[in-house]
Amino acid sequence: MTHAPTAHEERLAPGATALRHWAMPIAAALLPIVLALGVGALILLVLGADPGAFYYHIVRRGLLSWIGLQDTITRCAPLLLLGASLIVAFRAGLWNLGVDGQFLLAAVISAALAPALVTVLPVWLVLPLVMVVAMAVGAVWSLLPALLKAYYGVNEIVTTLMMSFLGISAANVLIKLPFDDPTTTVPQTETLATDDRLPRLFGSTINVGVIVSLAVILFIHWLMTRTSFGLRLRLVGANPRAAVHVGLPLGALMVAVFALSAGLAGLAGSVEILGVWGNVRADWNPAYGLMIIPLVFLARFNGIAVIGFVFFFAVLSIGGETASRKAGLPNYFILVLVALMLIFLALTEWLGQRRQMAARD
Amino acid sequence: MSQGLLSDAFLISLIAGAVAAGVPLLLAGLGEQVSEKAGVLNIGIEGMMLFGAYAGFATAFGTNSLWLGFLAGAAAGLVMAMLMALFCVRLGLNQIVIGIALTLGADGITALLHHVQFSRTYPRLPRVETLDIPGLSEIPIIGPSLFARHPMVYIAVFLVLVLAYLFRNTHVGLNLQAAGDKPDALDAAGISVTATRTWSVLFTGVMAGMGGAYMAMIGAGIFVPFMTGGAGFIAIVLAMLARGRPIWVLIGAFLFGASLSLTTALQVGGVNVPTDVVQMLPFLMVMIVLVLFARRASLPAALGLPYVRGQR
Amino acid sequence: MASRSLDPVASTAAPIVVLRDITKRFPGVVANDAVSLAVYPAEVHALLGENGAGKSTLISILSGMQRPDSGTVEIRGREIRIASPRTALDLGIGTVYQHPTLVPTLTVLENLMLGSSWRAPMNRAATRARLSEIAGLLGIALPEDAPLGSLSLGQQQLVEIVKALWRGESVLILDEATSMLTPQGVEDLGRVIGRLRDAGIAVLFITHKLHEAVRFGDRVSVLRQGRKVGELPPETLAELAPQEAIDHIVDLMFGAAADGTVSERSRAQREAAPGERVVIEVDRLCPTGSPAAAGDAGVSFAVREREIFGIAGVDGNGQKQLAEAIAGQRHADAGRIVLDGAQIEGLSVRQRQHAGLRYVTDDRLGEGTVSAFPVGLNLLLKRIGDEPFWRHGIIRNAEVERHARSLIETHDVRVPGPDTPLGHLSGGNVQKALLARELDAQPMAVIYNKPTYGLDLNNIRRARRAICENADAGVATILISTDLDEILELSDRIGVMLDGRMVGVVENDGDAARRVGELMIGVGAQA
Repeated sequence: MTHAPTAHEERLAPGATALRHWAMPIAAALLPIVLALGVGALILLVLGADPGAFYYHIVRRGLLSWIGLQDTITRCAPLLLLGASLIVAFRAGLWNLGVDGQFLLAAVISAALAPALVTVLPVWLVLPLVMVVAMAVGAVWSLLPALLKAYYGVNEIVTTLMMSFLGISAANVLIKLPFDDPTTTVPQTETLATDDRLPRLFGSTINVGVIVSLAVILFIHWLMTRTSFGLRLRLVGANPRAAVHVGLPLGALMVAVFALSAGLAGLAGSVEILGVWGNVRADWNPAYGLMIIPLVFLARFNGIAVIGFVFFFAVLSIGGETASRKAGLPNYFILVLVALMLIFLALTEWLGQRRQMAARD
Repeated sequence: MSQGLLSDAFLISLIAGAVAAGVPLLLAGLGEQVSEKAGVLNIGIEGMMLFGAYAGFATAFGTNSLWLGFLAGAAAGLVMAMLMALFCVRLGLNQIVIGIALTLGADGITALLHHVQFSRTYPRLPRVETLDIPGLSEIPIIGPSLFARHPMVYIAVFLVLVLAYLFRNTHVGLNLQAAGDKPDALDAAGISVTATRTWSVLFTGVMAGMGGAYMAMIGAGIFVPFMTGGAGFIAIVLAMLARGRPIWVLIGAFLFGASLSLTTALQVGGVNVPTDVVQMLPFLMVMIVLVLFARRASLPAALGLPYVRGQR
Repeated sequence: MASRSLDPVASTAAPIVVLRDITKRFPGVVANDAVSLAVYPAEVHALLGENGAGKSTLISILSGMQRPDSGTVEIRGREIRIASPRTALDLGIGTVYQHPTLVPTLTVLENLMLGSSWRAPMNRAATRARLSEIAGLLGIALPEDAPLGSLSLGQQQLVEIVKALWRGESVLILDEATSMLTPQGVEDLGRVIGRLRDAGIAVLFITHKLHEAVRFGDRVSVLRQGRKVGELPPETLAELAPQEAIDHIVDLMFGAAADGTVSERSRAQREAAPGERVVIEVDRLCPTGSPAAAGDAGVSFAVREREIFGIAGVDGNGQKQLAEAIAGQRHADAGRIVLDGAQIEGLSVRQRQHAGLRYVTDDRLGEGTVSAFPVGLNLLLKRIGDEPFWRHGIIRNAEVERHARSLIETHDVRVPGPDTPLGHLSGGNVQKALLARELDAQPMAVIYNKPTYGLDLNNIRRARRAICENADAGVATILISTDLDEILELSDRIGVMLDGRMVGVVENDGDAARRVGELMIGVGAQA
C-alpha cells in the first residue's frame, strides 16, 4: 500500500523540546522556500518578467499595505481551516485529497441557506447554524471514500479525488439549477447582505472567521498531540495493524477521521462565503486544497507551524495577484512556486535523513 | 431516420467521441499500468499528460506535423517522468507528495506558457487527416467512427496487444511483477529494482505525454490550461481496476471515453443536458465501479513503497 | 543423521571461498569484526552463532547485498569485490535466504526464470528441462505451473534451493534453512544437503541451533558478537563424540556454562501443587480464516490457574488464528470462550483485556508496537485513555513517564529514555518492552505467540523465565510455539495443532517429545 503520510517520529511531549530542536526544523522548513523562490526567479526571467520587481510587489501588496494586509489575513481563514482538516487526516495516515470538493459543496450550501434563513431567524443564530450544516455537508461528501477505505480497503487517494471532481461539478449544478438567483444575469446564488455576514473586527475588512479559524487549528493541534482521541488517530496512522491489535475500532475511527477532516474543509467553505463573498458564482473554485497540502507537509503536520506557513502563502497569493498583473502574467505563477517548494521540501527531507544516518554511523 | 437517442447521428457522435476521449485514457492507462505493476503509484501522471498536451499542441502548431507533436508530447512526459523517477525511485521520496508537486507544477507552467503564446489568438489545429481502413470504414455508423481515424488510434490499440504479450511472455513482464509484488525477490535474483522501476516510470511518462498530445492535437484541436481535467486520475483508476490486464484498460478507456463524450452526442441527438451534469458522469462511473468491485481493485503488495535493499 | 564425510579430499582441496578479515560496522554495532572463513568444495560448513552474532551480515556480504568496510573476499583464489547480488550469482554463489525471496504471485516456473536479462527470450522448455535436472539431483518433485504462494513452506524452500542452484552453482548458502520446516521437512533437507555435498558443491549452512550445526556440518565455525571464536575442522569433529562436540561448541559460544534450570525448577514446583480452578476455557472455537475444513468441530481446551498449556505445531496450522480469535482481534464463526466463569466471546479486544486476558503477539514490530512512537507510549498502547495516564482524555506526561521508567527498570529494557522512539531498540529490547506491557497490571490469562522467536539466547532465557514466574504467580498461560524444545521445556500439558484442528493433547512426561512429534506430522491422532 502507499505509505501513510505520517513519516516523522513522534515525541512524547511535542511542545517541551529544547531550542536546538526548534532551530533545525525551522531551517529545514525555510530552505525549500528560499530555493523555490530562487528557481522561481529564473522562471520569471525566462518569461521576460523582472523577478526583483515581482517579489517586491508581492511583499508590498500582501504584507506592507494595510488594505493588502487585511486581505492577506482574511485569506488565512479558509486556509487555516483546510490546514486543520489535512492535519487530522494526515496524522491519521489517511489521504483526504478531496478537500476541494468538500469545500465547494459546503460553500454553495452555505450560500443558498444563509440568505434564506436570515429572513426567518436572527443572524446570531443563522451564522453558526449554517456553519454546522456546512460541516455536515463536507462530512457526508467524504462518507463514501471513508466507508470504502474502512471496510473494503479501497485506496482513498483515488476515491477522494473522484469525489472532489464530482463535488465541484455538483456544486455548479446546484448553482445553475435550484439555487440560481433569477435576478442576476450570470448564474449565481442569492447574496447574503453585508450586514448579515460574519462580523468584522475593529472597523477593518477582516472578519471574525479568522479568529474562528485560529481557534480551530490550535484546538486541532492540541487534540492531536495531547488527547487520547488524537493518540488513537495517530496510532491508526502510524500502524493500523497495531490499532487492531490493541482493540481500536479501526473502521469506525477511519470514518471519524474522514468526517472530521471533511467537516473542517466544509467549515472552511462556509467561513469563506459567510465572511467574504456572500454568494457563489458558477464555476468559482479557488482550489485551495491541493495548495495547502504542501504547506501541511512543510509544517510537518504541526498546527502551530501551519499557521506560519499559511500566513506566508496568503501573502504570496494576495501579493501575487498584484505582482502578476503588473508583470502581465496570469496568477498561475504561484502554482509553480508551490510545486517547486514541494519538490525542494522532499529533497531537504531526504538530505536530512541522510545526514541523520551519517551522524549515527 | 428517427430523431433522438437512437438516431444514427447520435450513435456516430457517441462512438466517435468515445474514441477521441478514450485514446488519451488508453495511452495513459497503459502507461500507469506498467508503473503500478512495478510498484510505483504515479500520481504525477495528470501533470505528465498536461505537459504532453501542451508540448504536443505547441509543436504541431509550429511545425504542422502531428507526428512531431506526438514526439514532443512523449518527450515532455519523459522529462516529467525523469523527475518522478529521480525523486521517487532513486531517492525514495514520498510518491504522493512528488506526484502532487509535478501536477501542480505542470498546471502552472503550461498555463503560463499558454498565456504567453496563445492567449490572444487561441489558435486551433486543422482537421486531422485520417487513415481510412479500406472496406471497414464503409460500414454504416461504426465504420467512420472506428475505422477512419488518425493512425495513432490503431497504434494505441496495437499497444494493448504488445503489452499483453510483454506481460505474459517475456522477462520484462516477470521483472515488472516481481518489482511490484516482492522487490527483494527481484533484487536477490540479480535484477536491479531501481532500474526496473525507473524504466517503468519513464515508460509511463512517454505514454502519458502521448496521451496528452492526442487529447490536445486530435481530441480538441486546441490547448487550454488545465485541459486534462482529471483524465490522469481516471487513468490511475483504470490501471487499478484492470489488475494487470491491458485488455481491461482498453475496455475501460472507451467506456469512460463514451461517458466523457456524451454531452456532445446528446446535443447532436437533440437532447439538452447541462454540461456540469454530464461532466460528472465519468467520475460517477469510477465511483460506481469502485463500489461494485471494491474487493477486486487489487494493487501490488509493494505499491507506493520505496525500495531499500535489506529493509523489509 | 547424515553421515559425516571423512573423505580426505574435502580438507586438502583448495577452498573455493575465502573471507579474510571481514569487518562491517553499522550505527552503534560492529556486526563483523575481522572475520576470516574458508569454504571448501564437497563440504558442509556450518556457521553457528546466536542472533546478532553477525551471521546474517556475513552472508549478505557474500551474496552481494552489502559490502564490507574492510577485508577481502577471494573466490577460487582470486580477490573479488562482490558489488551486487548479480555479481555473486555470476560467481556461482547461490543463497537461500531466511526470508522467502520468491514472488508468491508468479508460478514456480516463472520464479525460476526470474533474473535473466529482459532481452533474453523466455524459454519455458529449457527451464522445465533444467528444473527436472536439478530436481533429479535433489531427489524431489515440484508442481511447475502452480503459483508459488499455493505451495507449502517446505516446498517453497525447495524451490528456493533449486533457484539458488540454477546456474550450476558451486557454493550454496543456506540461511536458517530449517526455521520454518516440520521435523519431516528437516529430514528431507538433510537428505538434499547430503546429495549436494556428494555432487561436489560447497554448502555454507547458517544456523543458531547447535545440534543442527553438529548434525549437518562437516566443519563448524562459531561466531560470537561479530567475532569468529573458533572453528572445528572435519578431523577434530570426526574425533569427538557428538556430545563432546556440543559441549566444546557451547563453551565457544557462551564462554560460561549455560543454565537451563529455571524452567525445570518452576515446572517441578507447579507439578507438586497443580492449580485447581479452570481460568480459561475454549469450547469448539472456529476462528474465521483458520485452515480447518468447513464444518469442523472447532478447537476445545481448558487451562487452569498456574498452568502452562503449550500449543505445538508447524507454523501455519491455525495457531495464529486461534490466538487472535481468543484475544478478540479476529472473528470466530462459532464457539465459546469462558474466562473466569464469564463468557467473553462477544466482548471486544479491550473488554477482554479489562477482563484480564493478554495476548503477546509474535509480530512485535508489525502489530505489537509502533516504531515511530516513543517507548513510553508503546508501553501504554493498550491502555490509551485510561486513568491515571490520561485524565478526561488529556494526557499527563509525568504519569506516562513515571510508568515507563518503572517498567523499563523492572524489565531491564535497555533504552536511553521513555522518549526514545521504539524503532531505535534492538529486537531483544522490543520483546522486553512488549512483555513488560502485557504482564503489567495483574493478568489472569496470557497467550504467548512464539515469545522467543528471533531472540538471542540471553533474551530467550529471560523471556522464558518471565513466562514461568508469571505462571507460578497464578497466571493461566497459553504458550504457542513452533520450537518444540521450548514447548517441552516450559509446558505442563501440550496440545498439537494440525490443519486448524487440535489433533491431540498430551501430558508433558518423558515420552512427550515422540508423541507430540507424531501428532505434528499427522501420525497417531487421538480421537
